[in-house]
Amino acid sequence: MKLKPLISARQAAANMAELEPKYTPQEALVEADRCLYCFDAPCIMACPTGIDIPSFIKKIANGNLTGSGRVILQANPLGGSCARVCPTSALCEGACVMLDRDEKPIKIGRLQRYATDHVFENKIKVLEPAAKKLGKSVAVIGGGPAGLGCAAELAQLGYDVTIFEKEKQAGGLNTYGIAYYKLRPEDSLAEVELVKSLGVKIKTGVEVGRDIKVAQLEKQFDAIFVGIGLGRTYRLGIPGEDLPEVFEALDFIKLLHTQPLHKVPVGKRVAVIGCGNTAIDAVTQSKRLGATDAVIIYRRGEKDMPAYPYEYEIAKADGCAFLFHTVPVEVVSEKGRVTGLKLARTRTNAQGKLEVVKGSEFIEPFDMVIKALGQEPQAVLLKKLFPKVKLNKDGTVIRSGESGQTSLKHVFAGGDCANGGREVVNAVGEGKKAARGIHKWLTGERVAGPIQATRLGVAGPPFGSGLDKPVRVPELEAEYFGKK
Amino acid sequence: MADLSINLAGIKSPNPFWVASAPPSNTAYQCHRAFEAGWGGVVWKTIGDPIVNVSSRYSSHNIGGIRMVGFNNIELISDRSPETNFREIEECKKRWPDRAVIASLMTDTREHWHDYMKRSRDCGADGVELNFGCPHGMCERGMGSAVGQNPDVIETIVGWVMEAAEIPVIVKLTPNITSVAHAARAAKRGGANAVSLINTINSITQVNLDTMCPEPYVAGRSTHGGYCGPAVKPIALNMLHEVASDPEVGLPISGIGGISNWKDAAEFIALGATGVQVCTAIMHYGFRIVEDMIDGLNDYLDSKGMKSVSDMCGKAVHSVNKWETLDLNYKRVASIDYDKCIGCNLCYIACEDGAHQAIGLVKPTTQGLGPGRLPGKPIPEIKEDHCVGCNLCSLVCPVDHCITMVDVKTGGKPMSWKDYQAALVAGKMKPIPAHP
Repeated sequence: MKLKPLISARQAAANMAELEPKYTPQEALVEADRCLYCFDAPCIMACPTGIDIPSFIKKIANGNLTGSGRVILQANPLGGSCARVCPTSALCEGACVMLDRDEKPIKIGRLQRYATDHVFENKIKVLEPAAKKLGKSVAVIGGGPAGLGCAAELAQLGYDVTIFEKEKQAGGLNTYGIAYYKLRPEDSLAEVELVKSLGVKIKTGVEVGRDIKVAQLEKQFDAIFVGIGLGRTYRLGIPGEDLPEVFEALDFIKLLHTQPLHKVPVGKRVAVIGCGNTAIDAVTQSKRLGATDAVIIYRRGEKDMPAYPYEYEIAKADGCAFLFHTVPVEVVSEKGRVTGLKLARTRTNAQGKLEVVKGSEFIEPFDMVIKALGQEPQAVLLKKLFPKVKLNKDGTVIRSGESGQTSLKHVFAGGDCANGGREVVNAVGEGKKAARGIHKWLTGERVAGPIQATRLGVAGPPFGSGLDKPVRVPELEAEYFGKK
Repeated sequence: MADLSINLAGIKSPNPFWVASAPPSNTAYQCHRAFEAGWGGVVWKTIGDPIVNVSSRYSSHNIGGIRMVGFNNIELISDRSPETNFREIEECKKRWPDRAVIASLMTDTREHWHDYMKRSRDCGADGVELNFGCPHGMCERGMGSAVGQNPDVIETIVGWVMEAAEIPVIVKLTPNITSVAHAARAAKRGGANAVSLINTINSITQVNLDTMCPEPYVAGRSTHGGYCGPAVKPIALNMLHEVASDPEVGLPISGIGGISNWKDAAEFIALGATGVQVCTAIMHYGFRIVEDMIDGLNDYLDSKGMKSVSDMCGKAVHSVNKWETLDLNYKRVASIDYDKCIGCNLCYIACEDGAHQAIGLVKPTTQGLGPGRLPGKPIPEIKEDHCVGCNLCSLVCPVDHCITMVDVKTGGKPMSWKDYQAALVAGKMKPIPAHP
C-alpha cells in the first residue's frame, strides 16, 4: 500500500512536543544557583567548543541572560542547538563535580538552551563582526555545523567568508536530520542567521564540483575549508532494497523537517534497521507519527548498541520494539509494495564472530523499512573535488588535529568528513579549530584563546575541547609545562 | 531530660524560647497558637498610643535560592488600642498561666509610662519590656531608638518606669549605636532588672533598578527599615557578648537576633543570654519551629551531660577576649582529604586571588584523584610552608570535612601581642621579621 500520513495536525503537534521544554525563569534560577562555579572547571574541558560553562551559569544566576548567551555563542555559534542535541551526560554534565558529591550534575544543556533562547527570541545581537577586515577570504564547502563553526570564527577574526551549501538551507543535519522533539528546524536556522549577521555570505543550492569548480574557488579565495559531512547510508545489499517504501533514515527525518508534520507519510508497521542514535530518532518519530508498531532490528545484542543509553530509554518509553540478534535477509513485497521483511537470527560463534543461524529465517509483516546503518565517508566526493588530497583508509580526510590542515596546504577540514561521524559539537569545535589554523597559516598569528580558567597545570596532551592550550597566567603555564 | 526552664529576672518560663515583640505576637489568637506550639513565652507586640501603619511593610535580602537570609520591616508598634492589647494579655495569661507573657511598651511622658506600667501589672503580665530600639518611624517622634541611642535618656526613662514598677522590667536595646554596653550600663543605672538585645538594625535591603526605588515600595517612596533574620546573628552575638562581659552591667539578658533553631539559641545562651527571643524564623515558617528548638536543645544538653539550660549560660563568654591576648605562636595549616575532594578548585582560586597563594594546582598523578573521573583534572595541593592557616579554603570548600585545619606544633611558648610588646621593651627578644 502507498504510505499515507496517519495523524492530524493537532496530534502531530502533541506527539512531537519537545522532550525537554525550555526552563521557566524560576526553574533556571534554581538550577543555576546549584552550580558551584568551579575554577578550572572540568565541564569546560569536556566541551569540544570550550564554552566557559560556570561563567554562563553564573550570569543566569545573576540575572544577566544576554551576557550568558554571549558567552555561549562566542565560544560556539551553534550553542542553542548543541544545548538541545548534545549527549551532555557524556560531555559537560558527565564531568560535573556534583557527581562526586553524589548529587545530580547541573543541567548544563537545559541552562544553555535557556540563555540562548533568550538571545534568539528577543533578537539580541550578541556577536559582532570584526571591526577590522583582514582583506583575505575563505571559501567554506558545506553549511553544516563544521562549516558554520569555521565561518563564524573566521568572520570574527576579520575574514570574508563564503559558504557553499548544496541544500536549500544551511545548518546541515541540524536543519534536516535531528529528531523533531529535540531540535526544530527554526532553531537551527536562527543560528544560521546569527552566522550571517557576522557578514558571512551563504550561497545555498550551490554544489561545489557541479555548480562551481574547485579551481575557481582556489583562484578566488585564500583558503578553503571542507565540511561536507558524510555520504549516503550504507546499503543493505539485500533483495528489495530499492522498493519505494524503503527509506534512508536521514531522508525520512528530512521529510519531517521540510513539510508539515501531519503530511508526512509513514507506515503502520515500521522496521528500522540499525541501532545507533539516528535509528532511535527514526523509530521514535515513526511511532509518534502514528505507526502502530515501530521496531528496531539489530544484528547484535542490547549491550552492543551504539545508541546512548538515554536514547534507548526514549525509544522504550515511546513503546518501540526491539528485535535483537536479527538481520534482514530480504525485503518482501507484493505488486511492487513492501509487505514485510524476511529476517534471520544471529549468534556469536565460538570464535567470537557474529554468524547467521542457518534455517532461522522468518517473515515479519512491515509496510515501511528505514535503513539506519550509518553513513558512508565521503571518499569519492573528496577525491573528485581534491584529487591530490590524502585520505585515511576509512575514507575520511587526513588533517592535523590541531589546525585542521589537510595534505593540501590551502585546504582545511573538519566535522564528520574528517572525524568519521561524531556529535554536532565536535563538528563546531573542529570548524573553530580549523578557522584558527587557517588564520595562523595565512597570517602567522596565533589566536589567543578567550581568557578563561582552564587546564592550568595540566601538562598532558589536550583532551576534551582540544582547542589551543588556554593561557591564564603565561609565566605560570610556562613554568608548569616547562617542567615536563 | 534536661531542665529547660528559665528564670529571667524573676520571669519564669518552661523553656528559654520566647516569641519576640513583633508581628507574630500581635494578637491573643497568635499567642494562643504560639503557646499551643510550645513557646515558653511571648513578648507582646509593642503597646503604645495608637498609630497608623503603611501598606507594604517588609522586604527581604535573598541570596541565591535562599529566601529571607535577611529581612527588614517598616511596620510600627501595635496598631491596636492599648485597651484591646491589655485585655488580650489578660485572657492569654489566664489560659496559659505557666507561660511568660511580657508587655512591650513604648510611650513618652513620665505620666504615660506610669500609666502603662500600672495597666501591665493589672492585666497580669509577668513583666514588661521597654522598646528603646525601633529604628524606623517611632524614632522620628522621639521614641524607640531615639531613646536607645542616648544613654542619659535611657537612664532617665528607666528611672521613671522603675518608680511605678511592681513587675520585672527588661530594657530592649538598639544596635544602632557605637557601644551597646554604654546603653546597657545606663539601663542598669536606671534600675532595670534585665536587658534584651538586639533590636533591628537600620537597613535598606535592595533597590529596584527599574523604579529606582528601594523596597519596601510605598507609592513611589521607601524608607530605611529594621533589619533582622539569619544575616544579623553574628552582629547580635557580638553585642550580646559586649554586654554579657561588661562588669558594669551584670544584668540578665534576653538574647535576640537571627535565631532560627536550637543551635543558634544555644550559641546565644553560651555567650551569656538567659533565654532567647525569635521573630523572623516564625514569620518565615510559623510557630511550629519551636518543636525542634526544644527537642534539639534538650538532646544537646543531655549529650553534654548538662542538667539545665542555666548550666550552659555564659560558658563561652570568657573565651572571647581582646585580640592582644591571642597567642601569636599558635599555628594551623589546611589539610585536604583527597578521598572527599571533588576537584572544584574553589579552594585554589580563593587562596590564589583572595588570600596567600598557598594552594597549587597539580597533576592528579601526584596525589590520586579521589572519586574524580577526568584523567587530566588538576587538583589542589596545600603548600604548607606558605599556608598561614587563615581558614579561607576550608570555608569555601563545598564538601563537609574535606578541608580541615590542623594544629601544627611550633615549639614556641604561648605569646600574646601584649607579651611580645613587653618582651621587646625588656630587650628579651628581637622583633619578628615582617612577612615577605
